[in-house]
Amino acid sequence: MKNIDLYTRRRIVNSLGLSVSVLAMIFGLFWLCWILLTLLEHGLPALTGAVFSKMTPPPGSSGGLVNAISGSLMMTVLGTIIGTPIGILAGTYLAEFGQRGWMAPITRFINDILLSAPSIVIGLFVYEIYVVHVKHFSGWAGALALAILVIPIVIRTTENMLRLVPSTLREAAAALGAPQWKVINFVTLRAARAGILTGVLLAVARISGETAPLLFTSLNNQFWNSNMDQPMANLPVVIFQFAMSPYEDWQRLAWAGALLITLSVLTLNILARVLFRQSATTH
Amino acid sequence: MSTENITTPKIVVKDLNFYYGNYRALKDINLNIAEKMVTAFIGPSGCGKSTLLRTFNRMYQLYPKQKATGEILLDGDNVLDAKQDLNMLRAKIGMVFQKPTPFPMSIYDNIAFGVKLYENLSKHDMEARVEWALKKAALWAEVKDKLKQSGTGLSGGQQQRLCIARAIAVKPQVLLLDEPTSALDPISTAHIEKLIDELKEDFTIVIVTHNMQQAARVSDFTAYMYLGDLIEFGETSAVFTNPKRKETEDYITGRFG
Repeated sequence: MKNIDLYTRRRIVNSLGLSVSVLAMIFGLFWLCWILLTLLEHGLPALTGAVFSKMTPPPGSSGGLVNAISGSLMMTVLGTIIGTPIGILAGTYLAEFGQRGWMAPITRFINDILLSAPSIVIGLFVYEIYVVHVKHFSGWAGALALAILVIPIVIRTTENMLRLVPSTLREAAAALGAPQWKVINFVTLRAARAGILTGVLLAVARISGETAPLLFTSLNNQFWNSNMDQPMANLPVVIFQFAMSPYEDWQRLAWAGALLITLSVLTLNILARVLFRQSATTH
Repeated sequence: MSTENITTPKIVVKDLNFYYGNYRALKDINLNIAEKMVTAFIGPSGCGKSTLLRTFNRMYQLYPKQKATGEILLDGDNVLDAKQDLNMLRAKIGMVFQKPTPFPMSIYDNIAFGVKLYENLSKHDMEARVEWALKKAALWAEVKDKLKQSGTGLSGGQQQRLCIARAIAVKPQVLLLDEPTSALDPISTAHIEKLIDELKEDFTIVIVTHNMQQAARVSDFTAYMYLGDLIEFGETSAVFTNPKRKETEDYITGRFG
């Protein structure tokens, strides 16, 4: 009799736990879907050919986002190109050489702080050390701020992914007589390749929507500009400005820009997942 | 601890002690490893048999706080000498691990990786060497049509034979096998045991095993270890049929361990 009671009790607790979890999931998904639907509802009609062919317009007239798209692309790509090698090298140091000495724990601690630092602080920092000295906003400053955001993310994922590589694999390579740099280059980094690439893609996704660090660095530019030394238009800041404006044309463009960023982040995330899954099946 | 019937010792271990930090894991080990014979280390978990094996190629050096004292003479050269070139030492002493460890590259590159460290072979010679090693490891027939495929896609038993092929491709003199079959099914195990029998024609083999039947089947000499001590060492037939020490007898008859 007592056993049956215990069994019923377990069943009740189980279904209770399950329903609470399902409710929590529905609650989360509800807002996410709402956000996506709103974005599609306002963004899709605004996503015309002009968005990709015309410059950001002055108030009251129509135009597009092509200068902002190109500026965003240039700064994101440059920020990634600067930040990724530094992040991978530092992450490799932490994972492969970080067992001895005091440098690795301190680096790891500082990196954790940097990882959670508000991005506006990074923007202010680059403003203070770069923009103030050259006395104008520029694409370089924007790319620099984005690179500083990329580095800690890539360091963290690189270290984590390298730590997932079984130590027996390192031993096996060392047992053949391979020097440590060869073990790292040809065996451990290779084994962690897909995971590290996933980290880089996630970092790109993160910076492609950052507004705060660009406000103080690249600012904005109403005209076509491919000169990194000039203020540079970019989607997040344009969205910020246009969405706050009273002009309907501008608001529509803000929706279009928001949809574009969301779609590209979504694509990057899906790509990262596909890559990671592929690596899981081959190892 | 009779070693008088070993004619040519390949490795001579003298007063070897090993420490994990302050913990003494090996206590004054003395033994000889005979050339082109199979020597097995047996004993319960934690007895130090893997630790002993890993001193032969100084694998422990990857980790801080591990150190060995005493002498391990390979053809008269002290392996533990700090002046010993580690990479050249490891070219002479190959190792295969408990879990198969194929590198994340093609089957061909898995074998070529080690060879390239020491020799600059032409493409043709390298192909010949890869084929030779895979044939030696009894894997050639199964993989000869997919050398460009990833080594991680093979079955567990095939992966382990790939690791053996990788180790012998470098043409070492000694082969260290650290429980090479404990992660494999009986059929793959039988494959590898047969292989060990063939490989001893060319290599001096030291094998650590949990499986006493395996030690009895494949080895010429057996060392029984317990808590860091070498309890008994001698010809396998003698150790298994007529152990000199009571502890050995208890272990191999299954009364202990």
